[in-house]
Amino acid sequence: MTAVEEAPLSPAGNPIGFGNMKRVEDQRFIRGEGNYVDDVNLPGMLHSAILRSPYAHARIKSIDTSAAEALPGVVAVITGKTLEGIPRPSLLGDNFAWMPTLSYDTQAVLATDKVRFQGQEVAFVIANDRYIAKDAVELIDVDYEQLEPVMDAKKAMEPDAPVIRDDKGQTDNSITDVHGHKTWESGNAIGTAEAIAQAEADPNCVVVTQEIMYPRVHPAPMETCGSVSYLDKVTGQLTMYTTSQAPHAHRTVYAMVAGLPEHKIRIISPDVGGGFGNKVGVYPGYVLSVIGTIVTGKPVKWMEDRGENLMSTSFARDYHMTGTIAATKEGKILAVDVDVLADHGAFNGVAQPTNYPAGFFHIFSGSYDYPHAHCKVTPVYTNKAPGGVAYACSFRITEAVYLIERLVDCLAAELNMDPAELRLKNLLRPEQFPYTSPTGWEYDSGEYEKTMRVAMEIAGYDELRKEQEEKRARGEYMGIGFSFFTEGVGAGPRKDMDILGLGMADGIELRVHPTGKAVLRLSVQSQGQAHETTYAQIVAHELGINPEDIEVVHGDTDQTPFGLGTYGSRSTPVSGAAAAVVSRKVKERARQVAAAALECSPDDLEWELGRWYVKGDKERGKTITEIALLSHGSLELPEGVEGHLDATAVYNPPNLTYPYGCYICVVDVDPGTGQVKVRRFIAVDDCGTRINPMVVEGQVHGGLADGIGMALMEVIAFDEDGNNLGGSFMDYLLPTSMECPTYELGETVTPSPHHPIGAKGVGESATVGSPPAVVNAVMDALAPFGVRHADMPLTPANVWRAIQGNPIRVDMAVE
Amino acid sequence: MQTPAPLADYVRATSVADAIAQLEKYGEDARLVAGGHSLIPMMRLRLARPEALIDINDLDELKSIKVEGNEIVVGAMVRHREVLDSPLLFEHYPIFRECEKVIADPVVRNRGSVGGSYCQADPSEDLSALGSALRGSVVIQNSTGTRTVPMREFHFGPYMTQVGDGEILTEVRFPIRPGAGSAYEKVERRVGDWAVASVGTFVVVKNGVVEDCGIGLAAVGAEHFCVPAAEEFLIGKAPTEENLEQAAAMAAEGCNPSSDQRGPADYKKHLAKELTLRALRRSVQSSQGA
Ligand SMILES: Cc1cc2nc3c(=O)[nH]c(=O)nc-3n(C[C@H](O)[C@H](O)[C@H](O)COP(=O)(O)OP(=O)(O)OC[C@H]3O[C@@H](n4cnc5c(N)ncnc54)[C@H](O)[C@@H]3O)c2cc1C
Repeated sequence: MTAVEEAPLSPAGNPIGFGNMKRVEDQRFIRGEGNYVDDVNLPGMLHSAILRSPYAHARIKSIDTSAAEALPGVVAVITGKTLEGIPRPSLLGDNFAWMPTLSYDTQAVLATDKVRFQGQEVAFVIANDRYIAKDAVELIDVDYEQLEPVMDAKKAMEPDAPVIRDDKGQTDNSITDVHGHKTWESGNAIGTAEAIAQAEADPNCVVVTQEIMYPRVHPAPMETCGSVSYLDKVTGQLTMYTTSQAPHAHRTVYAMVAGLPEHKIRIISPDVGGGFGNKVGVYPGYVLSVIGTIVTGKPVKWMEDRGENLMSTSFARDYHMTGTIAATKEGKILAVDVDVLADHGAFNGVAQPTNYPAGFFHIFSGSYDYPHAHCKVTPVYTNKAPGGVAYACSFRITEAVYLIERLVDCLAAELNMDPAELRLKNLLRPEQFPYTSPTGWEYDSGEYEKTMRVAMEIAGYDELRKEQEEKRARGEYMGIGFSFFTEGVGAGPRKDMDILGLGMADGIELRVHPTGKAVLRLSVQSQGQAHETTYAQIVAHELGINPEDIEVVHGDTDQTPFGLGTYGSRSTPVSGAAAAVVSRKVKERARQVAAAALECSPDDLEWELGRWYVKGDKERGKTITEIALLSHGSLELPEGVEGHLDATAVYNPPNLTYPYGCYICVVDVDPGTGQVKVRRFIAVDDCGTRINPMVVEGQVHGGLADGIGMALMEVIAFDEDGNNLGGSFMDYLLPTSMECPTYELGETVTPSPHHPIGAKGVGESATVGSPPAVVNAVMDALAPFGVRHADMPLTPANVWRAIQGNPIRVDMAVE
Repeated sequence: MQTPAPLADYVRATSVADAIAQLEKYGEDARLVAGGHSLIPMMRLRLARPEALIDINDLDELKSIKVEGNEIVVGAMVRHREVLDSPLLFEHYPIFRECEKVIADPVVRNRGSVGGSYCQADPSEDLSALGSALRGSVVIQNSTGTRTVPMREFHFGPYMTQVGDGEILTEVRFPIRPGAGSAYEKVERRVGDWAVASVGTFVVVKNGVVEDCGIGLAAVGAEHFCVPAAEEFLIGKAPTEENLEQAAAMAAEGCNPSSDQRGPADYKKHLAKELTLRALRRSVQSSQGA
């Protein structure tokens, strides 16, 4: 169960099991032969475009579509009114103008009464080509009555704030979840309050409170969202090519919305060009392409452009947090209390398990050993795009980790203590695992100090501090920042976790052909995570079949079993486990067949990679390839042994897996201009068993770039009038290779005790772990100026302003 | 995918005279397209909707960098990339290389042109700061002939220049100043981003005094990308740190930046001073007479 075992090589030179192996999917990607939704062109296909609201908050007085309809090449123009007229025989509402969100709220497919964010869908044009569709959109005349928008979450609950969701009869902008709660709490409120009060009264203790904002950012996948839908009127079959991270979940949502049985709906997610949570939700555009094919009888393609993607689809974060940390003067943490104002936009569309309306934010107590923690999250509506909990966040653990890691650094500053020393003093110890956190999470395994020491070793920590001291004496400002993160990923145990009532267990199917080649059918959906490679390696590891002889099929609901899809780093913890379990079922069936062939009892057989042999007589055995043929052949099988080797499984994870890591960032800051240069980044991840270290490192590299981007440049801010100030890549900046140093990676391997191969999820580790390391490094550099905190993104302007003692309010227009 | 509005016509000009004839034929709804790195994105966002595009990429007569008398002449169709790589420009003014290095990214630089940059007249255009610092001039041609306009009179305001309907900018001229030192400073939020602020300067130091100097600033609301008072202050004075600081402060004084997501006005004003000082220091250091 350890990663260090060297797997033997297949004839193609691939590890028959775990180890570095080139990504199978890159063969097509690097040749430009990937097949994305926009590459799908069906005969007779029509195109579409969406008219979007220019205002954040306005009443729709009238919509005149006549000029658009008259444009040659236009096939249909659909408005909210049209949708209200299409009856929907389903439990979730009686017409198509509104649809359910993943959080049991409602969202307008096309606005009927009001528009509630800039970029909201108002009308849908279907035309012979995408140019005509766009031309027609410009000809639609909407008469709006502008209303005052709510752009500042902090003002959303003021008594005179305009009410956004009057459609639901609301009288304020509070959000009520499916359980009837308006705030979400976790941990022990009284114990935490008492511990903090005691610390305040104790001269040997300190209490630090810090306002920390995680501003709204966007996943910005390279491929924007889109779909091609076709309803075959003869068979009644709806086929939908769509950018989805969760094809099966989408299918069931469509089935519920449309009142169709699942088997009449086929969702195909071909290659997906990045997801990061952006492609978890169901967007109005998808639904409109379905309505488009119903109305026209032809396939209809909808593909949003970059601006539409940035302005209307799932954002991430937007958490205004106030954290309080209490500790002894020696640096022993005693308690943490957090109060959060969560900006959910105009519709509560966040994707998270039903029982976790604030996602897994409650894991904020972090990697440290202290008894008291409590948080309270208050969600509000604002006139911003809905969605959320997207962007590689493992369900808001990104916010949680950022909060605790910033708080620990604020505490270190208050105590005038080295932040590394402070962390080492408080990290959970190996013997405490499995560890139950003060908010009730059971961390499965960890050797935290070891991981931190490896990172400090790579960094040459003592040398760095020396260098910093010398530089400070010369008036140069370098900073060293730490982050130690623990995530809980792999949602999740079905008794605790579901989305819209769908439990989070994953199905899987493994077919072994007579020739011993195999097909593995997955419910999870790669968006770049290399599932076609790593899942073959899991089967290879279990059965000894060459990975190149194992085809991994995913992304088509007609070809794969049910499961909830890929997000929150859940694929390896859930479907990866399922792959091992189903392989073991096959192995067990193979044992029965081998026993029949070798004329012995199955109990007399022993397994070595790819082969059952008779105990004590290694020569007498059958390889998996031989067994495959025998199982389909004429061999007489004992009663009760079915023949063939195929198997299916459903994996219901007993717990989340808890990957962790220690990151160290080194920056140089030019105080004259506020520019930050990330000079070094050291990342030591422990994600348990590494199936393919190269793929793990690829995930980490990408996540570090994400994190540097969020820390230094990415933000979706709004002006007072409700204009989105991040609606293009000129304004929403993504980091380039020039902003990212050559990463220095390390690893420790502490397998998950409950996962069949000991693996933990790693897809989001670096995105979660890196922003606090960068910010902590910049704050460390600015310490001589007395700066303790400034919010991301740390643009040159923001850094300079922080030095002046006047940091920027990052979620609003810069003033 | 962004979808541009309908375009009635696209023609490739065969000469400068042909380009002018085509412009006259299509009237005010026609636009020249050079590198297309400003115009095409605007068309895709439907912010620009020309009826006809007249492509000047075949006009070899606009593609050279040469010395004529005591001026360097850069053709309108010279690409950013060629300016960056030109030994001739570098020899006279290192600022060309420094400036081009921080304009956009290699992909944009391979296509974007000098003429297009000046005619786009974005208030953050780096070459405008450079041109204003060096007190260059541009040559504009129409069907009746050519005229030369000093760079500091070329812009009417953001996105507005002296180039009228039926006219084409053919070349940009820069006076040669033996012994000049020059430098370019820019702050951007990320490589390839437009400037938060940028400053280019040249200084000629003779016998311990500043004989000539130029300061150009982009993205900070300096009229015509310059603040002449700061230059006048420095000329005739010793290039001491104190004097450079004073000149930099005066340069910032003459700017009127506005707040946006790149930064608040107070920060940009600070940058105008800080970057002017840094550019002046390096220009003085590299001036041969210093
Ligand atoms: C991603 C990106 C980043 C960028 N970053 C920067 C930066 O950091 N700094 C910077 O300074 N610039 C930047 N730019 C702009 C870049 O320098 C452009 O190439 C330049 O502004 C326009 O040059 P062009 O040849 O592409 O012009 P085009 O787009 O072809 O034309 C621009 C305008 O000028 C007109 N025009 C072009 N040539 C002539 C002529 N000879 N006579 C009359 N009119 C003419 C056109 O009709 C059009 O109106 C960036 C551009 C992009 C796309």
